[in-house]
Amino acid sequence: MLANLLSGDYPRSRILMVILAIIMGILAFGPFLFPGVRAFSMMGMICVFIILVASYDLMLGYTHIVSFAHTMFFGIGAYGVAMATASWGKGFDAVLLGAAGAMVVTVVLALLLGLLSLRVKAIFFALVTLAVAFAFLSLVTQLYPITGGEDGMRVHVPRELGPAFRPLDDTLAGFSLPDAFAALLGNTSWQEVFFEVRITGRTLMYYVAFGASVLVFLFLLRVVNSPFGKVLQAIRENEFRAQALGYNTVLYRTAVVVLSALLACLAGVLFALINRYVNPENTLAFELMVFILLMCVMGGMGTLYGSVIGVTLFLLAQNYLQDLLKLLVEQLPPDSALAHLVGPERWLLWFGLLFVLSVYFFPSGVVGQLRLWAARSPRTSNTPEAVDTDEPRTQYR
Amino acid sequence: MSTVEHTAVRGGALAGAVPAMRRFRDQSPHWFLLLGMMLAALVMMDFTTWLVLTLSGAAMGAMLFLMASGMTLTFGLMNVLNLAHGAFISLGAYAGATVLLFWMNDQASASSVWLNLASVIPALLFAVLVASLIGWVFEKLVIKPVYGDHLKQILVTVGGSIILMQLIEVVWGSNEIPVPRPEAFSGAVVVAGIALEKYRLLSVVLGLLVYALMTWIIERTRVGILIRAGVEDREMVEVQGYRVHLLFLGVFIAGSALAGLGGAMWAMYEELITAHMGDELMISVVVVIILGGLGSIKGCFFGAILVGLINLYVGFLEPRLAAVATVGLMVAVLMWRPQGLIPVIRV
Repeated sequence: MLANLLSGDYPRSRILMVILAIIMGILAFGPFLFPGVRAFSMMGMICVFIILVASYDLMLGYTHIVSFAHTMFFGIGAYGVAMATASWGKGFDAVLLGAAGAMVVTVVLALLLGLLSLRVKAIFFALVTLAVAFAFLSLVTQLYPITGGEDGMRVHVPRELGPAFRPLDDTLAGFSLPDAFAALLGNTSWQEVFFEVRITGRTLMYYVAFGASVLVFLFLLRVVNSPFGKVLQAIRENEFRAQALGYNTVLYRTAVVVLSALLACLAGVLFALINRYVNPENTLAFELMVFILLMCVMGGMGTLYGSVIGVTLFLLAQNYLQDLLKLLVEQLPPDSALAHLVGPERWLLWFGLLFVLSVYFFPSGVVGQLRLWAARSPRTSNTPEAVDTDEPRTQYR
Repeated sequence: MSTVEHTAVRGGALAGAVPAMRRFRDQSPHWFLLLGMMLAALVMMDFTTWLVLTLSGAAMGAMLFLMASGMTLTFGLMNVLNLAHGAFISLGAYAGATVLLFWMNDQASASSVWLNLASVIPALLFAVLVASLIGWVFEKLVIKPVYGDHLKQILVTVGGSIILMQLIEVVWGSNEIPVPRPEAFSGAVVVAGIALEKYRLLSVVLGLLVYALMTWIIERTRVGILIRAGVEDREMVEVQGYRVHLLFLGVFIAGSALAGLGGAMWAMYEELITAHMGDELMISVVVVIILGGLGSIKGCFFGAILVGLINLYVGFLEPRLAAVATVGLMVAVLMWRPQGLIPVIRV
């Protein structure tokens, strides 16, 4: 059954399997393991970003199409819901209508982008999407009466998904992981480890996002291991040859762009519902696009599991690396050059450095590296196909 | 072309003009588009406004050309797509601002033309110097390992751009810095009752100079021949005993230096700089090089002027749509000529 669910595409590394199981377990029981608001919203973001980054990986990793318009589709989904609920009130019908409208816009735009620039040269697509996404961003920022401009919009989520909704009268028991650690070290008593969880609409919304993310992930696994996915990888390895075999590569490329745009749009819809506030900065900014790229590459291009790892690593770093750097800075003499370099606002510098190094030395990301180690270790060497890290063998032109 | 003959056969006084138009459109699309746009704008506004806007657009185009030419050069000659180009623009701007604000502030804020010049020229030179030095290091460390692999180039240069911009914030702080333009270059000269801003005239002149110089080097000098030959067949040039990589390194440094120069010019034009200004300008730069045809210097020049003009024209008619119109122009040109106005790449 597992083979069916995962479409026969196993993690192929024991360490990776353990990490994935931990992430999955924490996400599944998230609201019952972490009492804080910060951890809760971060887990929600992880679920949304897994969809976003995994769909990006479908383009980048499996087909070698570099797109800078992924946030545009994400933003279309988010703004679609925000605008629909702003004008038709907080109901599920408004959310569905907004999402449907966003999907239509997404398909049209993605088709245009694909047909316009994919037929010329792969590299054109990167540049054209960069420009188009920027034009979209500037349009959203300028159209103040419709989109709220820089101020953004509040999203009126249905009551059932908001904090005021209480499906259960009682509270449930939660087991706080951070406090359990502290108790293990003897810092707090074991009584504090258990806390009360009140199920609200936000918890429900979290589970909607979690469920969607699991479903989309399994769907994508199925896609990349289907004949369609194999053609994509063939195009990645050698486009000319794929063409010679009779595949219409432009059609396949456009299809993959449309599919991944649609999933990005879905991620946007979920983001609007879970974050309940959209503005150009949190949905459309170029910086966000770069973040998606970083997550995808560091996790491992061409391995969907990589997107899970990449998203988790990146969001953890974004939320907690700054705290760590703050601690580090306090150890250094104040106002020295070194203190400026490791200041908490400089976390992106270190992440950028890590990114460039990882492109050189671990081009297949964390997942590719783990698989390589697993394949090299004598214990699992009886499975020769494990060497295949989905690392492209030919260069991208 | 059969359609041309067809119309010619139909005869009439106007029919002679139509095929001539067509030939003009197909043979020099860049002039066709430029003149067409200027005429269209002239219809929509009065002559004085049009003249001022055209000059401003040309000035903006000239600065865009400085910034974009470096990127198109590295792409056309080395087949390297450098998305960190925007960071070099920012770097040039900050280097120029450092000279103007901290090192030669007395000369820059004086009211004599010569003293002003004595600060502006070092500022521009310093911007060029800093950008080329960092460009040299950048080529060695970041780009050299990924020659020939576009995907990795995109990835590492995006990463490199993040690092460079963060380093700029480390050195100069993350707040925006105002850069007042020296007095001799602010204000306007009045020609026949029309006020033309001095700084804009200066940037048009500088842009034209750089364009002429670049065309001359590529088309008329020995270095230019070698560069073109290296692009055509790298091994053959190496067999002749030339070190092609040194040439390419030089080209990359020149590209970074031009970005730095453009950035410093832009800093004095906008009179305000941030570390992320490069990212914003990068969009216009990308539109320019796509419009012109990836790798073409002539196309880049015309693309830059076109983008500058449409920005100003549309900005005057409906300010909110300037960015959309710029990208719209790119999309329209791509639909008409998928390779850009003056294509050079071999697909």
